[in-house]
Amino acid sequence: MKVKELVLNQYSGRVYKNRKDHIIEVEEGIDPVQPITANTRALPGIMTNRGCCYAGCKGVVLGPVKDVLTITHGPIGCGFYSWGTRRNKANVESGENFIQYCFSTDMQESDIVFGGEKKLRQAIDEAMSMFSPKGIFICSTCPVGLIGDDIHAVAAEAEEKYGITCVAFSCEGYKGVSQSGGHHIANNGLMRRVIGTGDKEINSKFKVNLLGEYNIGGDGWETERILKRIGYDVVSIFTGDGSFEDISNAHKADLNLVMCHRSINYIAEMMHTKYGTDWLKVNFIGIESTVQTLRDIAKFFDDPELYARTEEVIADELASIEEERAYYRTKLSGKTAALYVGGSRAHHYQSLLADFGVSTVLAGYEFAHRDDYEGRQVLDGLKEDADSKNIESITVEADPEKYRVFLTKERYEKLKNEIPLESYNGMIRDMKTGSYVVDDLNHFETEEFVRLLEPDIFFSGVKDKYVVQKAGVLSKQLHSYDYSGPYSGFNGSIIFARDLVMGLYTPAWNYVTPPWKNQSTLQAALAAGGEM
Amino acid sequence: MLNLTPKEIADRKALTINPCKTCQPVGALYCALGVHKCMPHSHGSQGCVSYHRTFLTRHFKEPAIASTSSFTEGASVFGGGSNLKTGMKNVFDIYNPDIIAVHTTCLSETIGDDVGSYIMDFDMPEGKLAVHTNTPSYVGSHVTGFYNMMSGFIKYLAESTGTKNGKVGIFPGFVNPGDIRELKRLAGLMEMPYIMFPDQSGVMDSPMTGNYEMYPKGGTTIEEITALGDAKHVLALGMFTSTEPANVLDRKCKVPYDVLPLPMGIEGTDELLMKMAQLSGTEIPQALEDERGQLVDVMLDAHFYHHGKKVAIFGDPDTVLGLTALVLEMGMIPKYVVTGTPGEGFEIKAKEMFAKFGMEGCKAKAAADLFDLHQWIKNESVDLLIGSSYGKQIAKAEEIPFVRAGFPVLDRYAHSYFPIVGYKGALRLVELITNALLDHFDRTCADEDVDVVL
Ligand code: SF4
Ligand code: SF4
Repeated sequence: MKVKELVLNQYSGRVYKNRKDHIIEVEEGIDPVQPITANTRALPGIMTNRGCCYAGCKGVVLGPVKDVLTITHGPIGCGFYSWGTRRNKANVESGENFIQYCFSTDMQESDIVFGGEKKLRQAIDEAMSMFSPKGIFICSTCPVGLIGDDIHAVAAEAEEKYGITCVAFSCEGYKGVSQSGGHHIANNGLMRRVIGTGDKEINSKFKVNLLGEYNIGGDGWETERILKRIGYDVVSIFTGDGSFEDISNAHKADLNLVMCHRSINYIAEMMHTKYGTDWLKVNFIGIESTVQTLRDIAKFFDDPELYARTEEVIADELASIEEERAYYRTKLSGKTAALYVGGSRAHHYQSLLADFGVSTVLAGYEFAHRDDYEGRQVLDGLKEDADSKNIESITVEADPEKYRVFLTKERYEKLKNEIPLESYNGMIRDMKTGSYVVDDLNHFETEEFVRLLEPDIFFSGVKDKYVVQKAGVLSKQLHSYDYSGPYSGFNGSIIFARDLVMGLYTPAWNYVTPPWKNQSTLQAALAAGGEM
Repeated sequence: MLNLTPKEIADRKALTINPCKTCQPVGALYCALGVHKCMPHSHGSQGCVSYHRTFLTRHFKEPAIASTSSFTEGASVFGGGSNLKTGMKNVFDIYNPDIIAVHTTCLSETIGDDVGSYIMDFDMPEGKLAVHTNTPSYVGSHVTGFYNMMSGFIKYLAESTGTKNGKVGIFPGFVNPGDIRELKRLAGLMEMPYIMFPDQSGVMDSPMTGNYEMYPKGGTTIEEITALGDAKHVLALGMFTSTEPANVLDRKCKVPYDVLPLPMGIEGTDELLMKMAQLSGTEIPQALEDERGQLVDVMLDAHFYHHGKKVAIFGDPDTVLGLTALVLEMGMIPKYVVTGTPGEGFEIKAKEMFAKFGMEGCKAKAAADLFDLHQWIKNESVDLLIGSSYGKQIAKAEEIPFVRAGFPVLDRYAHSYFPIVGYKGALRLVELITNALLDHFDRTCADEDVDVVL
């Protein structure tokens, strides 16, 4: 029996019916690729690894903005759990850094009964008098929407009163089916209220934004290092080590580089419509993919010097990691991996693994949509269900003053066929025949697939990390990198490989089974001539 | 680090900054993990339980299982009854626990879901059980959730048959498996038959074998919880954590109880052992007297590194008071003693302890946050900080030696295997504290002051 059936057959009828379309075995040469069901509700009781809308909004997208004071409006838990737990690094040499702090209204029973607006208003007053930040974000948690607090009105009042930017995000945990709804809500707020409000003069030549890069373990810095070396001006990063000012000036860039498509594609699309900024799907995870991405970006700008500089930097960077790359390849080649992460990394990391000869036997996303699996080609045919309708979708129009087109029409048409401009082909196309794609992989399926496919390495989050490790399989966190990183770019790839090699070859694995399990101590004593 | 924290203390009523507590459900979840073959279930949207599992996994470096009702917007409006039923059915089908322990979240509490009646209406599979408790996150803290879940188990399961079973129930409080193992060892040495409830040892410190066991061999069994109803006595350790469930059991099954502080430090441990001696009719054995003597020996040996040193302690109320007791016994000054968990009793208790040791100028505050503590430290610094991982920020900012104890310790390994209760636990704390102070001295002192002898 096929692995997929072996797993599914253990389910009851209803669960079987629900889960079967979330799992596919990749077949040869099917185009368009096989459809998969994604971004639908997780079944109650299934032990999904998914988080909530608040986690996507505050935790992922807004949290890393370092100089905005973000207040979680709700009971204490949600704010506490999203305090310093994502490893989105920020540098504080200049300006303010609120990332080390957790701000919450810590709603009490009386706030739930009589409404929490008053407390929120006062919390803002207190924050202003103590820190006078240039911006405040308000993120609401589950009960806030239910009791009907109007956080947007409170935000508007605060703007009036203090002359700052104060943006409210109604990202209650029950909205949508996963973190994904929260990304969207955060994107909407940044688009409406922050992007395009800056008026900094930027006169450099090759201006880019890096979108969907949260600087986990310093990934964004490694990427920025390479881009700057070539001569790009990174106007803003969304949102790793991001600042309010940079984001407000994002519209000054010529091109948006999209790393995590899932969490930020809304901004990329809206900026394209409103400011004419093109976006390019990039991948700085992996050596070959970084090289490819750098060449793609150069093509966009089409400047002879830039082409030359790009090749120069690529050659130099490759030379500097060559030896270690070859060494780690000998250690890792032939191994297999399973990945279950977020909404883009399960795809990105396959190229990095391939650089070292590791093949992927299973990959899944926690909160992706069908386009992340099958490519944006499917977007037109997608129907909105009730859950996605609950997440506001905003439409923007071209800004009469700030709209600029960088490419001529002919150049655009030509480039579209050569580089992933305004397009993303999804994960499945890059996967081998016979490998598995599983959406919203749950606890049960994790155990089963690991048992049946026997990958050498499992990449996931911390909740399932120790489940898999206890079963004897090396398990690495790809959300927080097990306190390591960066894993991006050229230098990151070596750190990644080093971490895997440590994990696979650490002597502790040899001690899992005590020696007396393989050999009776009694026999050993006799063989040694010991006395009974 | 924490550069934006001002020294001037302004009045704050609405804004909590850097909390020193979290929400009820995570405590309920941890409690339920201390029951054998139990699946904790969070009745709310799935983000809460994702956070709670993450938090516990990071503290213990062990899997922390729990399922969720996965509320959507519809359930939030129309109630989560059908989500809970589907969830429970799926949990029994797929994960086959013996019992499901449901706790609520602020979402299901706000809409007023009647979880008790949902469970009653549920078509329970043969031989399976479910219990529940209410854990609104806008009341109390994770400590409240912990004891609410205990009370939930007791209300559903404890039964008195009329015949006492001769056992003593031990409620260990919100502690690590290492502490629970130590309490069991003490009860064993005191020859006192007991029921430990809850008991996360063997669950949240399970060994590496190459096989993942969803339900490891540890945990209080359902039979044991039932048998609590026939216990001859309960030792409720930690007044802020264990009083309420002991009270619930007493009301339901007439089991008398004593509330004792968490047995941290000498006097706390003495008190527990004398109580155990009374209950078991066994003399305190020489082995334990020796352990006590060893602890006192080390405290005397090293007293001049401790005496008069100022300490700031933060965390859960019972743990903080236990630590306070120990540092007082060591001759240190518990300058600031802080918990995020609300409740007046904490400050009263702390002040009693200050008075007992003739301490003046020490501050205690409940419902406080780490921003308060940091500001106090900025105004008058301390020599040592003791608390959860979040203290590392303050320790770095103010260059204060730091000892991790309590919940959560997210950034260190193996801590949960070792006790901080009992004489052994105290000895370990004395070592940690002394080393932290000496390491700090050695690292920051002038070269000519580096000595290899003490
Ligand atoms: S929504 Fe409530 S129960 Fe859930 S994590 Fe937040 S505070 Fe805790
Ligand atoms: S990269 Fe992954 S973890 Fe990061 S935002 Fe995207 S989906 Fe989430």
